Amino acid sequence: MSYAVGDALPEQSYRVTRADLVRYAGASGDFNPIHWSERVATSVGLPGVIAHGMYTMALAARALDTWAGGPGRVRELGCKFTKPVVVPDDETGVTVVVRGTVKNITEEGVHVALEVTCGEEKVLGQPKAVLAGE
Amino acid sequence: MPVDASLVGRTFPPTEPYVVSREKILEFAKATGSTYDGGAAPATFPTVVAFGAMSALMEDPTVGIALHRVVHGEQRFTYTRPVVAGDVLTATLTVDTLRQIGGADIIGTRSEITDADGKPVCTAFATLVHRGEDPA
Repeated sequence: MSYAVGDALPEQSYRVTRADLVRYAGASGDFNPIHWSERVATSVGLPGVIAHGMYTMALAARALDTWAGGPGRVRELGCKFTKPVVVPDDETGVTVVVRGTVKNITEEGVHVALEVTCGEEKVLGQPKAVLAGE
Repeated sequence: MPVDASLVGRTFPPTEPYVVSREKILEFAKATGSTYDGGAAPATFPTVVAFGAMSALMEDPTVGIALHRVVHGEQRFTYTRPVVAGDVLTATLTVDTLRQIGGADIIGTRSEITDADGKPVCTAFATLVHRGEDPA
């Protein structure tokens, strides 16, 4: 696809349930119990079971793939993990929303500033990426 | 107990070679709802390899990290090329920076992920926050 500086990329919404976290634990190898056990999560002061930060980051990467028209076009991706995504033990889960704006186009590629939210809160700090140019 | 300052600049031994299979990429893609067309793995897939390097750092008794006090603060990937099935990947972790803020150690790590020929594939930068015993 072609990009122009200032473009707002189409908003992507992803539902996250406990089952997704269990599946991600297996796929990634990160079995930290704060991502599947209410008992352990609350014992370390968390409000409940939280999503892996890397899972939320993977959702940002998924949005980038969608915008870029397929996988393999991400040249750079980074973020801070600022707020936990608390995932309740129900069928509905929570919704993570990924937004992106084209900030710059250079020889390196297309620089995208991301915004990743759950409810009203930004869950990733300064998420940004570089996509391969056309 | 804070992490020893001599940790800065230390490079850990490379991880055991990781053979990337189509099935593993597909499993990861499904788990994150991503598309896998038989080519490039999802962008954050190298975490599967980098995680091994991170574990080596955190489990090294000479480093002094208590696992249950570690929080992942920041992550960044830069890619030379996407990971594909058939890759044999190795991660080599170096501790780049160490700062103490409010009783916590902020550990900046860099894992160079290379293929079977030793060529670079991706670099994974992870910042770990190791909270002290008595947080300020």
